[in-house]
Parts: sequence; structure tokens; C-alpha cells
Amino acid sequence: MFDIVSFIPRAVMQAVPLMLGCTGETITEKSGNLNLGTAGIMYVGGICGVIGAFLYENSGAEMNNFLTVMIPLLCCLVGSLLMGLLYCFLTVTLRANQNVTGLAMTTFGVGIGNFFGGSLIKLVDTDLPSVVLTKTSLVFAKKLPFADSCGWFGKIFLSYSFLAYAAIIIALLCSYVLNRTRTGLHLRAVGENPGTADTAGINVIRYKYFTTCLGSMIAGLGGLYYVMDYASGVWSNNAFGDRGWLAIALVIFTVWKPALSILASILFGGLYILNVYIPTGTDLAIKEIYKMAPYVVTIIVLVISSMRSKRENQPPASLGLPYFREER
Amino acid sequence: MEERIPAVAMRNITKRFGSVVASDKCWLNIYRGEILAMLGENGSGKTTLMNMLSGVYFPDEGTIAIDGREVVISSPKDAFDLGIGMIHQHFKLVDVFTAAQNIVLGLPGKLDLAEASRKIREICDRYGFAVDPDQKVYEMSVSQKQTVEIVKVLYRGADILILDEPTAVLTPQETDKLFAVLRNMRDDGKAIVIITHKMHEVQDLSDRVAVLRKGHFTGDMLTKDTNVQEMTNMMVGRPVELNINRPEPEDPKPRLEVKNLTVRDADGIAKLDDVSFTVNTGEILGIAGISGCGQKELLEAIAGLQPTETGSISYIENNGEKEELIGKDPLEIKKMGVALSFVPEDRLGMGLVANMDLIDNMMLRSYRQGKSLFTNRKAPNKLAHQMVDFLEIVTPSVETPVRRLSGGNVQKVLVGREISNAPTVLLTAYATRGLDINSSYTIYDLVTQQKMRGVAVIYVGEDLDVLLELCDRILVLCGGKVSGIVDGRKTDKREVGAMMTKLGGLQE
Amino acid sequence: MIHISKRGEISAGKALGIRLLAIVIGILLCSVLTMITTGIKPVEIGKAVITGSFGTMRKTWIFLQKTSILLLISLAVTPAFKMRCWNLGAEGQVLIGAMAAAACMVLMEGKASNGAVIAAMTVSSVLAGAIWAAIPGFFKARFNTNETLFTLMMNYVATQIVAFFCVEWENPKGSCQIGVINQKSNLGWFPQLVNRYLLVIVVAVVAVILMYFYLRYSKHGYELAVVGESERTARYVGIKVEKVIVRTMLLSGAVCGITGLLLVGSINHTVSTTLAGGQGFTAVMVSWLAQFNPLAMILASALLIVLGTGANELATSCGLNASFGDILTGVLIFCIIGSEFFVNYRIHFSKKHREVKANV
Repeated sequence: MFDIVSFIPRAVMQAVPLMLGCTGETITEKSGNLNLGTAGIMYVGGICGVIGAFLYENSGAEMNNFLTVMIPLLCCLVGSLLMGLLYCFLTVTLRANQNVTGLAMTTFGVGIGNFFGGSLIKLVDTDLPSVVLTKTSLVFAKKLPFADSCGWFGKIFLSYSFLAYAAIIIALLCSYVLNRTRTGLHLRAVGENPGTADTAGINVIRYKYFTTCLGSMIAGLGGLYYVMDYASGVWSNNAFGDRGWLAIALVIFTVWKPALSILASILFGGLYILNVYIPTGTDLAIKEIYKMAPYVVTIIVLVISSMRSKRENQPPASLGLPYFREER
Repeated sequence: MEERIPAVAMRNITKRFGSVVASDKCWLNIYRGEILAMLGENGSGKTTLMNMLSGVYFPDEGTIAIDGREVVISSPKDAFDLGIGMIHQHFKLVDVFTAAQNIVLGLPGKLDLAEASRKIREICDRYGFAVDPDQKVYEMSVSQKQTVEIVKVLYRGADILILDEPTAVLTPQETDKLFAVLRNMRDDGKAIVIITHKMHEVQDLSDRVAVLRKGHFTGDMLTKDTNVQEMTNMMVGRPVELNINRPEPEDPKPRLEVKNLTVRDADGIAKLDDVSFTVNTGEILGIAGISGCGQKELLEAIAGLQPTETGSISYIENNGEKEELIGKDPLEIKKMGVALSFVPEDRLGMGLVANMDLIDNMMLRSYRQGKSLFTNRKAPNKLAHQMVDFLEIVTPSVETPVRRLSGGNVQKVLVGREISNAPTVLLTAYATRGLDINSSYTIYDLVTQQKMRGVAVIYVGEDLDVLLELCDRILVLCGGKVSGIVDGRKTDKREVGAMMTKLGGLQE
Repeated sequence: MIHISKRGEISAGKALGIRLLAIVIGILLCSVLTMITTGIKPVEIGKAVITGSFGTMRKTWIFLQKTSILLLISLAVTPAFKMRCWNLGAEGQVLIGAMAAAACMVLMEGKASNGAVIAAMTVSSVLAGAIWAAIPGFFKARFNTNETLFTLMMNYVATQIVAFFCVEWENPKGSCQIGVINQKSNLGWFPQLVNRYLLVIVVAVVAVILMYFYLRYSKHGYELAVVGESERTARYVGIKVEKVIVRTMLLSGAVCGITGLLLVGSINHTVSTTLAGGQGFTAVMVSWLAQFNPLAMILASALLIVLGTGANELATSCGLNASFGDILTGVLIFCIIGSEFFVNYRIHFSKKHREVKANV
């Protein structure tokens, strides 16, 4: 039978990296930058966290919970910030083509992830093709303390680690800032019409840099969550897969609304693991077909959202275009 | 009077764009309590000069002083801080925002739209504007958008206001209202600059006039001390004779008949409403109207680019046979001899490909000829050379991308190509938009030559004076409806102007 | 104070100079990176990179073959890019083409002659690739659906289809891989031209020439350029924009399909989910680096292949991870992308404004 009580927590855990990636990409796109490098950035976020945790676990020092969280967290943020800066430097300062830069960032980021991942695996010298960071993961994956005593309610709503709740809070916060504050108004103006924003005295370049870097850091956290919590501290090369691309697709699905991304990513998380929960008997091949579900749904959503053309649901008008004040 | 310190003093301002010098050692004084008219032809550098004052461009050379103190304006924010506000010709508004959101854009502090709306209403009441703070900009008319722009600048407490061709999109009544407001502001002690190339506006409104020509400052004087002829001469650099040759149509026969044409846009709003008229061979039918009254839709409907709702457009052959154009695709219509040269606001958006050279642009109309899989560049090459010689197009070579050409030359390429196909119907819109006087007259000549060849010409224009001198008949559109068709030789500006704003015009 | 302005015009020589300089800087950066991670001297690095691709006759042939495959995919995506249609789905289009070819080999085993199988493979590969690309193309033309993400998602759908068949037709049982198809009968294996590498190379050369003329001189090429530059102008002169978009995507997919066909019929004789190996994305960069010029693409793809192979060579000899090549490729591409700025813009340093600012 379909076990909904165990399905939902798995779907949510699957959803958290997507949620963080999608929120990060949404605010990035709101500034007019289409960052296709998000997939790479999430890899870099993940591997930087892994490197930090690896060094700390193997430093021989007595591990305390605070540092066990902070070191990987900071490493992850710094790593993804650097990627964000690189993207901004190329596309905002040097006005390079955003699509090509994004693709190169993805090649580069995935390369970094697998390179350092592979090197660490070699250092550990086990037979398994992965690095295992059990101690760090135990701290990262801690559930809310009263989760187990609340039955199915606890399982569905309370059984997640702090990063999962952080992801929801970040999405809600981004939503609030975008819609209710002056910073959000300015940011949306930059993405819609940088020329207008500029004449209104808004520093377009600063906004683009700031939001893109912030977006990268949020997306990077998605990579960290994936390794430390979802994968229980196990890094293996290419395991993160295509989640970065799905996160970008989710942005369109959620019509650039971070609050919606919470629900949408849980839906996608569910689709992602559907194949495990649908009984297929001995036919392994059919499982591969179920794995298509998130992509096919994304395509259908893309088509439907392009068919209805409500003004408020369109992408930021200057998305993908470089801005130069003295363009003539 | 001579001892007054100018609110703005610009000295030796130079600005280059690539190899083009848009502003060459310009001087300018702007005083408080005065309305200054910046007069000059298109491309004379008026807007560029003002953009340097509002921080959009940064001058390559020269200094700017505000109230006698030298300043650096390197961003629009610097300009705001100095009390300078500019209302651009192309509105700087975010379409998906409300009026209030647009007005507070860029200001510091906590976002309080309710308080902002209150302040906006206050400003509106004081000057008699009508702005709904919660209306989205994409739902607004052009004049509403302009009002939002002006309120935006006032909201910021600007005391030096620059308006770039503010009347281009307004009806005469709206223009009067605007001028009244501007006079009020002047009496308040604000310094006001309006950029224009319309002589009567200079005389109606301004206290002082500054003239620019090809990036040079040619002088300024009090408006009451000068006259139209002097200003024109300063603007053009030599005495000009403004006279268009208008021969009588020879043997006019109906060529195109439009009946009960209705066109709606994507939102279901009628852009053309029950429009009927006939165009004859050998005549120029002018189309007058406030911008956005359906001119574009009308031409596009005839050319097969615009889906229509009801009505018919028939092409009448020499033998009197009628053929329906609606339902045909642009290619078939073109083959029947209907040529459309439409110069849009951005000049290059439609009709030409900016990044392609002259030859490839010539080829746009003819590349399909022949059965070969490959294009034939020989004929377009020859055509491009002929056109460069005949129309005196200034270009380094026929292999130069058209985006490198100046506006006038771009338009000559476009109009020239359309004419080169020997059309029987020529549709042209805003053909002289952005051109200097000389180039404009070349285009008028070209159009008149076509008329004398027996072509039925539809000419959509912005400048009423030109329509009155060039066209045999003038069809006036008002809100997508035909307000009337008048004889170009017998009517006057007052009559046409009235018809533009009110169906049927002055009926008494 | 630094001030930036757009260049009016730049001579072809100067532009080429800037780009070459960027490549040189990129290669220097790569060697420094390599030096830091491996401790090998620059000269040795250079040697390793050269011998990696040209060390032996066999290596040279493999280099040429790899370059040809990357080149073919780059050529495939180019017409779409020229039309400003971001076909990021080459990966999937190659895969689905390969899958179609492999399917013919599996299903027709023992039922048809070698020639018939090869003919069937060719037709089905081309069709599969073309249709795979035309689906997003159709929706782009009809509803302006975002083609970047659509084509991307199509990659994963294709991957899953291949994964499905890998399980369905697994050989040996339990491996979840198809394995070499028709190992004994060699049915559907392409004949060798001199050696097993040349066929692919010849196809690539022919494709370069055809694509060059197609883009430069054909009516189709002209139309798609106009559509790319300005859709409004295209409609205005009566070009059927929807038709051009679908047609160009069909072409793009068909060439990808051919690449998939070659990968299966001539090189691997099997299909797996990683067959295209990310080259669909590398091809996007190659095409862009070459400014959509098929001839320049030869150089661009050769450069990236030499770099990748060299990095791999170094990585294996120093016990590093194979992904090192991806990092180097990234660095090199960042340098070239960045250099476009200096081709399009000019930077002024002016002292005067600083003085003025100091006075205020």
C-alpha cells in the first residue's frame, strides 16, 4: 500500500535542496540575472561543506556541536559566494552572455565538486566510492526534540533538521522582502527595467551583485543540506545529479514567487521519489519511466504557463540582458 | 539681471559616442523662475546635453556648476540630490508597478505606500493632475504615464525640471493643461527646461530659448527678443525655405477600398472601429491623429500583418476588378504591389535588421527570387550601390551594418528599398521621424515622385504642418474612428486639430 | 576614475588579438592551477598536454575523432543559436538518436541484411533527433515557451528512456547495461574507412562545409538570421517565423541524431545514459566561442579537446581525479567569455574627474 506517513517526510527532505535552489535562483532572476550556473553552485556549496567537515572531523580536536555546524556552513557559504561573485563579475561587470557563462559555471562547479570529492575519497582510501561524514551528519540531521512523541503529526511536520526549517523561513523571508519592502521594490525594478531603476537613483550594479551573490549562497545551502542531511553525510561524485536544473525550472513553475516554491518543491520532491513508492513488482525497467515524472511535469508546466499570458506572471522583463547605462 | 547666478551653468561640455560627437563644447545657463526652451533639430544633441545634467550620461569633458558651485554628476542619484529631475521622452516607468510604486522608486526609508498615496494625492490636488496611485502603469494611457512622471519628479522635491519633448504625445487640450502647470511652477521659483523642436511651443511658453545645432551650442536669447525666422536659421545653420511641391493628382482612380474595418488588440480593446475610406491612384492620402489612435493598426491591417475582426480591404485592379486583401498573408499582399514602409519609434525594430549590412537589408524583400537554394547577392548589391548614390546615403560601404548609420540614412535605406519594388500602393508611417530638415525634404520628394508615378500613397505623419502641405486629402483618426476626411488644400490646422480630439471636429 | 564606453568599431585583427590573448591567459592560468595541484613544471605540463593528444598515431586519431564528435554537436546547435533559440538539448537529441540506432540493431538482429540495418539506423536516428528537437521548437514557435528549460528537461526525459531500455535489454542479465550489441554478427556496425576513426572525421568535415554554406549563403540560413535578429522585421517581410523556428530545430536535432548514430554505429556499438558525456553543453560553449562560425568551431573544439585530454593525462599520471579537466575547461572559457568585453567596450582612465571630485 501507499504509505503516506513515510512518503511525505521523504518528499520534504527531497524538496529542501530544490526549495533552497529555487529561492536563490528566484531572487537572482528578480535582479535580471538568469543564472544557469545554479547547478554548479549547488555542487560547490556541497563540496565546500564536505571539505570543511572533513578537515574538522579529521583534525583530531574534540568536536563540539556548534563548530560542527558552523565550519561546514561557513565553508559552504564562502564557496557559493565566490561562485556568485564570479558569475556577477563576468555577466554584470564584463556583460558576458548569461547563458554561456551559466553553462560554463555549471561545468566548472560540477568539476570542482567531483574533483575535490574524488580527491577526498582517495585520501580516505576505502573501497567505497564515497566520503562518509557520520559525526557531522548526526548534528546536521538532528530532528526537533519532540518529533517522535507526536505520532504521525510529528513525523510529517516535526521530523526535519534545522536546515529544512531554515529553507522555509528563507523562502518566506524572501517573499516578504520582495513584496513588502523598499529593497524588494527596488530589486524588482532592477529586474524589470534597469534603465528606469538607474534613473530613479538605484544602484543597479550593486543590487545585481548583492542579490546574485545572496541567491548563490542560498542555493549553495541546498547542496550542503543534500550531503549532510539527505544523504546522511555521504558524498559520492555526481550523486547530487540534476537537482540544480530542476530548481531553475521550479522558478518558472512558481512564477517567481518564493512562498510558492515551498509547496512546489515538496510536490517535485514527491515526484522525484515516486518510483520508490509505487509498487512495480519485479519490473525494474518501469521504474526508470517513473523517474521521468518531474521532468515531464516541468515541461507540461512550462507549456501551460506560456499559454496563459497574465502580465504579473511573466519573467522579469530584462531577464538575461546585460545592462549598460550609456547604451545607444 | 546680468548678475544673477544661474541655477545650472554648463561649460564646455563634450560627449562622444564612439566616433560621433553628440555634444561639442556646449555652454548653457539655466535660471530659476524661468522657462528655458531647448531648441534644435533631432540629432542636434539636446537630449544628450540634458542627459548629462540628469546623470544618465557622463560628460567626457567640461564642467557643471549648480548655483555657482562646481559639481560632479555621475549618476541619476547625484542629480536628484541636487534637485534636478528629468522627464524623459521615453518614460522611465516600470510597467508592472502601480503609479505609487513607480513614484517612490529609488527613495530611501521604509516603504509606506499608504503615506505615499496621500502625498501623491496632495500634489495632484495642488496642480490639478489626475493620478490613481494604485493603477498599474501598463493599464495607463500615454498622457497618464507622463503625469506620473511629472508627479514623480515633484514628489522628490525637484526644483530644476527638464522635460524632453513633453507635448509629442499629448492632445492640444492636454498640452494647454501641461503648460499652465509649468507656468505655475515657474512662478513658484523653479527652473524649467523643455526640449522641443516646435517653434510655436517656444513662443507660447518659454522665457528664454537656447539653440543647438549638430552638437554645437549656437546661442541663447530672451524669447521676446527673437522671432521664428531667426530661430530657424540658428537651428538649421542657413536660411531655409520650407516649401513642399504638391502637384495636382493626375487621373485619380480608386485603388484601395477599406470598408467597415474593425481591429481589436489582444486585450479586446478596439484599435480601429468601423473605418471606411478609399485611396486613389496618384494621390497622397494623409492620416492624422494623436499617436496611438490606430494608425499603426490600419497600415498593418492593409499589409496583412494585423488580424482583423470585421470589414473588408479590397484592392482594385486597373480594370476595376476587386480583390480582397484580408486573409492573405503579407507575402501575397506584397506581390500584388502593396509596399509598407513603417518607421517605428526605435527606427530599426521593424523593416530592417540592425546587425546586417545594406546588401542583406536590400535582400529582405527579394531574397526569395529564383528557385536556387542559395541567395543571390548580386542584384541587392547593385541596388544598394544605386541607392547609396541616388539618395546620397552616407555610409562607409554597402557592407556596413545599418545600425552604424545615422537615423536619417537608416530611414532612406528603408523607404528607398520599399520604393525600389515599384509598388502600386505605398504605405508609409513616420517616414521623417527623427530626421533633420534636409533629409525630411528628400523623403517628401521621394513620396511625391511616387505619387506622380501613379502610386496610391498613404502617409501617416506626426507633424500637422507637413501633412497640410504634402497631402491631397487627409483622413483624421480619433480613438480608432474616422473623424472625417478633408481636402488638404482647403483645410487648416485648426480644423484638423479639432477633428483629432473630437469626432467630427467643430460641427457648428 | 574608470569610465567605460562602447566601441564604435573594432578591426578584425584587433578583435582576434584580444581573443588570442585571452586564450593565452587562460592557458597560463590553467598551467598555474595544474602546477599548484600536481607540482609538475610548466614545461612538463605542456609536454603532457601535447603528448596526451598527439603522442602516438593512435592518440592523434582518437583526438581527431573526439574533436569531430564535439564539432558535429557544435554545428548542430549553431543554426538554432543564430536564430536566438537556446537549444540546450543537444545532449538529449544525441542520446535519443543513439537510442534509435541501437534499437534498430537490437530489433533487427537476424532479420535483415547489414545494409538494410544500417539504412534503418540512419533514418531512425535522424528522425528521432529531429523530432526530439522539434517538440520544444514547436512550442517555442506556437506559445513562445521558454526553449532553454524545455530542451534541458528533454535531456532528462531522453536519459530516462535510454535507462529504461538499458534495463529492458540488459546484457548480461543484472548488469543494467546493454553491452556491445551484435558482438558476434557485427550487424549494424558501420564499415571502416581505412581505420575505425576516419568515417566520423569525414562526416564532420563534410558537415562543416555544408553548414558553412547553409548559414552563409542559403535562403534558409538568411531567413533564420533575420528571425534571430528581429522577429518583427521577419514577419514584416513575410517570413513565416513559426515555420522557420520549427525547421531550424528539426535541422539542429537531425545533426544531433547523426552524431548519436555515429557514436553507436561507428564508435561504441552500444548505448548508455552517459553516451553524450556532457558534450551537448560543451558544444554550446564551442559554438558561442566561435561566434557561430563553423570554420572557427574546428579550432574551438580542437582546443577544448586537447585541453581536456591533456588534463586527463596529467590527472591519471598524478593520481588525480578525472574531473580536473572540467575545472580547466571552465577556467579557459571564463577567460574567453570575459575577453568579449574588451572587444565590445573601451575603458578610459581619466585623472581630471578625480581632481574635480577632490575639490567638492
